[in-house]
Amino acid sequence: MPEPDLTTIWVYLAATPLLGLTITLVAYGAGYRLYTFARFSPVLNPVVSAVAFLIGFLLLTGIPYDAYFEGGQFVHFLLGPATVALAVPLHQQFAKLKKLWLPITITLISGVMIGAMTSVGTARLFGASLETQLSIAPKSVTTPVAMGISEQIGGLPSLTVVMVVVTGIFGAVIGTRLFDLMRITDDSVKGIAMGITAHGVGTARAFQVSSEMGAFSGLAMALSAFATAIILPWLLKALGMIA
Amino acid sequence: MTILSGITILLIYQLAGEISVLLLGIPVPGPVLGMIMLFLTLLVRNRSSESLDATATALLSHLSLLFVPAGVGIIVHFDRIIEEWIPLTAALVVSTVVTMMATAAIMRGSTHLSSRGDDKNA
Repeated sequence: MPEPDLTTIWVYLAATPLLGLTITLVAYGAGYRLYTFARFSPVLNPVVSAVAFLIGFLLLTGIPYDAYFEGGQFVHFLLGPATVALAVPLHQQFAKLKKLWLPITITLISGVMIGAMTSVGTARLFGASLETQLSIAPKSVTTPVAMGISEQIGGLPSLTVVMVVVTGIFGAVIGTRLFDLMRITDDSVKGIAMGITAHGVGTARAFQVSSEMGAFSGLAMALSAFATAIILPWLLKALGMIA
Repeated sequence: MTILSGITILLIYQLAGEISVLLLGIPVPGPVLGMIMLFLTLLVRNRSSESLDATATALLSHLSLLFVPAGVGIIVHFDRIIEEWIPLTAALVVSTVVTMMATAAIMRGSTHLSSRGDDKNA
């Protein structure tokens, strides 16, 4: 019987999606455990620790991102069904949402415009290239939507994904602090602000606070994905940034 | 079986959303349209099913996990990020803080105004 060679095993593992998928779940599991251990301190958001761990792993082993994503895509794919699943909490909170439709609409439209203009404006002020400015514009909407918008307006979809995730993490970390600072106690207000600014990562954080905040955040995230897809190309055209 | 039929419903709506987007040329991503369609269905039926509820709860409670593979993509953009880290960081920090505080203030203000309007009507 031939001796199983470590290199052969490694070559085999690096070529199948199994390793990428497994390591993603292991990294997240470890990150989540760290998070519970730190009593849900937002700084130790499991996405941050999992991403940091995986980047370290890829750099150490020399596995290229594309090869890793062969496995990671199975997790990434679930973003689609998860987006559809937001209809469920939305429906459960419908009675409350119906009462607040006017404030939500006002907040949504102004929030989408403020988010896009402050990000593009600040990036431009600090001398970012046009491509980078366009990639950062849809940073507050959920990943699959942001990628689509970025492609449409001439940004770099893969850079947009990074900006979206970092924005989500940052928003989830500072959101609750800002709300405390502003003395906001209403979960519907917090949820709407969180969902418009920090999409799914913020929504995940909001569900930890209360299911009401989570539902409002999920609603705001879904509506802002819809509103941004319509408003952003039009806004950038009006600003003369795209043809 | 519960999770299986739940995920089947979600995938059917996502597929319907993707197809409608392609056919009608709407500038909105397929899953978002799928979510709106499922929401309208739930509204019309006025109830959800146990399997759909269980699947949605399971998926949404680990929503953060789903962002991990995309987040690792930062590795591909190291060069650009190092080159443009100042504008990128400034834009993210300024825009996130301003948007979070502005939307919270606008939502609080407009909720207050509209509830005062309701009181007058009552």
